[in-house]
Amino acid sequence: MCGIVGIINTDRKLIDGNYIREAIRIQRERGNGLGGGFAVYGAYPENKDKYAFHIMYEGSQNNPYISMVEDYIRSRMVIYHSEQIPVYPNDRIPRGPYFKRYFLKPLAEFLAPEQTEEDYIVEVVMAINKMEGAFVVSSGKNMGVFKGMGYPEDIADYFRIEDYRGYMWIAHNRFPTNTPGWWGGAHPFTILDKAVVHNGEITSYGTNKRWLEMYGYYCMLQTDTEVISYIYDKLTRGDKLPPKDACYVMAPSLWEDIDRTGDEKKKNLRQIYGPAIVNGPFGIVLSHSNGAIVLNDRNKLRPVVCAKAGNTFYASSEECSIRLLSPDVDNLWSPRGGEPVIIDFSVEDTQELRGRKAQWSLW
Amino acid sequence: MDDMKNNWKIIPPFHPEFDLERCDYKNGCKICVTECSFGEISLKPEKGKDGEIQYRPWSNMSACNACQRCVKMCPQNAIHIAFKPMHTSHGYWTSDYVGNLWRQTGKSGGVLLVGTGATGPQKRYFDYMMFDACQVTNPSIDPLREPMEIRRYLGSKPERYGEKIGPQLKLEVPIMFAAMSFGAVNIRVHEAEARASQIVGTYWNTGEGGFHKNLRQYGGNTIVQVASGRFGVSEDYLKSAAAVEIKIGQGAKPGIGGHLPGEKVSKPISETRMIPEGTDALSPAPHHDIYSIEDLRQLIFAIKEATEYKIPVAVKIAAVHNVAPIASGIARAGADIIVIDGFRGGTGATPFQIRQNTGIPIELALSAADRRLSEEGIRNRVSLVASGGIQCSSDVLKLICLGADAVYIGTPVLIALGCGVCQRCFTGKCPYGITTNRPGLAERIDVESATTALVRLLMSWSEEIKELMGSMGISAIEALRGNRDRLRGVGLNEEELKILGIKHAGT
Ligand code: SF4
Ligand code: SF4
Repeated sequence: MCGIVGIINTDRKLIDGNYIREAIRIQRERGNGLGGGFAVYGAYPENKDKYAFHIMYEGSQNNPYISMVEDYIRSRMVIYHSEQIPVYPNDRIPRGPYFKRYFLKPLAEFLAPEQTEEDYIVEVVMAINKMEGAFVVSSGKNMGVFKGMGYPEDIADYFRIEDYRGYMWIAHNRFPTNTPGWWGGAHPFTILDKAVVHNGEITSYGTNKRWLEMYGYYCMLQTDTEVISYIYDKLTRGDKLPPKDACYVMAPSLWEDIDRTGDEKKKNLRQIYGPAIVNGPFGIVLSHSNGAIVLNDRNKLRPVVCAKAGNTFYASSEECSIRLLSPDVDNLWSPRGGEPVIIDFSVEDTQELRGRKAQWSLW
Repeated sequence: MDDMKNNWKIIPPFHPEFDLERCDYKNGCKICVTECSFGEISLKPEKGKDGEIQYRPWSNMSACNACQRCVKMCPQNAIHIAFKPMHTSHGYWTSDYVGNLWRQTGKSGGVLLVGTGATGPQKRYFDYMMFDACQVTNPSIDPLREPMEIRRYLGSKPERYGEKIGPQLKLEVPIMFAAMSFGAVNIRVHEAEARASQIVGTYWNTGEGGFHKNLRQYGGNTIVQVASGRFGVSEDYLKSAAAVEIKIGQGAKPGIGGHLPGEKVSKPISETRMIPEGTDALSPAPHHDIYSIEDLRQLIFAIKEATEYKIPVAVKIAAVHNVAPIASGIARAGADIIVIDGFRGGTGATPFQIRQNTGIPIELALSAADRRLSEEGIRNRVSLVASGGIQCSSDVLKLICLGADAVYIGTPVLIALGCGVCQRCFTGKCPYGITTNRPGLAERIDVESATTALVRLLMSWSEEIKELMGSMGISAIEALRGNRDRLRGVGLNEEELKILGIKHAGT
């Protein structure tokens, strides 16, 4: 099962966390209290040029591995600021791991020749995740993830997400079926600024994982979500495919249709990226600084509804979440299996974007 | 001395038994006598009630191979084959070993020959691997309602979109017909394979005996072989096909060449193989121009040059101990497809000792090669085709889960044409007219019905594969290639699990 919600304002207008909390709360039925989480974009405008690391440490703040991890970070990055992420234990979630937030930048001279800053960050994240007792919850610029064990509304209260404001929010309500519930295993799962919430169980996991391993991605968490975000990252960042093509690789059309239309590009994409095809039921919202992607498996074995009201775009497992936020939403539809909905802000800066129409594409 | 002769006498373990109540001999039926190409059945005169001489079928107890031809052809269903081996009382010196020694010392004085694949007790790993299926958390897919895609493309693929993609073979089913040469089988078998491949959308392989001119119209579905004998190889030959396969070895006889005796080299065979009529066709054990990997590379590129880089070049090797590094070397030498043939693979003729004792199981060999190529990051560059011992559709799918892009089947093709796996292909007396070119026998294959049988073989296996995929929640077969997560081992030890790359059931 699992429930997902996304709220995306293409004008980059900021809203607080209350909206998403309510939207995912009414999908309580879709989870079982073993995981909930949120990703927010636009949360750290004053530090938007730095990588915001949310790191989860097991145990309390006195644990020795915190300083080990921080020593490692200091050896690779410049720490501009670090602080404890405030938490508000309550009777539903009385305790949790220790969370810290860092604003970081790599120093240019640390980069290996031909290594991009993003490659470098991925390397650092992978290294920290391999370390004892620490887990990077998010690592993108001007964004952050809050997640843990519990129902999502309780997690929201635990972190008081109403104190954060963002132009894009995604949320997840977990009903784990393949990996045990733990704080780090909740969604969203992230790499750099890409965050994924996912409802499904991927049967192509073994094939996807082997393919990713050829390119240095190690699937440590053994979760489907991790695999999807890595595939997307490899295709868009590594192979420079546009989001549309990356989605096509994960949920391609039938050979029959490719034959009929004689589309060479689609044929080649499917031939080359066969091992990156994602099979099994899934509905995902994948967000990144400049937009989001909503994608369903080819057979549409999981529910996803999309809607648009003014300049706000919604995606959800259940229509009720959208109706709650926007009772008279003008345009609501259920995307077909394998046909991604791509929201692309296209323009980097909020100022410039204002007054422009963001690019919508239905494909 | 004559008495001594009997010291080596062997009564075959099989013989036909006739139910004379059912048998129609009184009306003059003698179908079984003519059907048995091994000369096991003769007619025995007998006095009928009214004193008239009648001929009843009689088992000579000297040549039966349990091919079941007479059983199937008897219109009265009056025959069954009895199995009564000459037992020894010794637990170690069983009749198999004793019999083989008698055969060698009493008769041949040489290497024992045999047809079809290895019969030894080695583990059939297929049976120790179970598929996963969807329950609750994950819906299975109904192949009757949802599209199930089993198409494969074989050939070299680049790492990313935008780079040049090599020539590809398009397979509508992940199964191809394995190499069986003209000479080993007859032209009717080739024609049926070619036609069925065209109908279904897959490929058949000419084997090393050349490509008969009458079948060239099927070139688009044909893979031609270049083996150590280089029979029938010309520029024309290479260009007539959809792909060229360099045969280094085969599972039934790794490291061994081939020998088609001169008496089998008839006019059409001599023309197709491009050798004089009546001469022995000898395939040397190694290619005389390949003594190392760099020589193979030259041959691969010579063929690519000759075919203008328009068709993929495959290299076929037997599954041997070092298969993984060898496969890596072949990939780096420029092959587009690597075929690995397990020790159970069939053949028309192979030395018994080689067949039973050389090579390794395809399941382990394939898994090791797939892993090695992935670890080296060059898995995209080649397609892997597995063969040797595949007995049913689930074997096919298990090999795909272990990393195969497609498979070759050989023995199932013969069985689809009637073959009773009697292991006597090398005698040229195949009672089903498959592995023989003898007039009178070869005609037992009717191309029309043989084609239909092969189409049915591919279609029924495809349907079963789709069912299996549906139960696993897979709708496109590429999501299964190398997907060891969908397999679990039952009763395998840690080492075996490690090589196969699968977990034990329950974990
Ligand atoms: S060899 Fe075949 S045809 Fe001949 S008797 Fe035995 S089973 Fe019958
Ligand atoms: S092909 Fe013919 S000779 Fe060979 S095993 Fe089958 S029936 Fe026997």
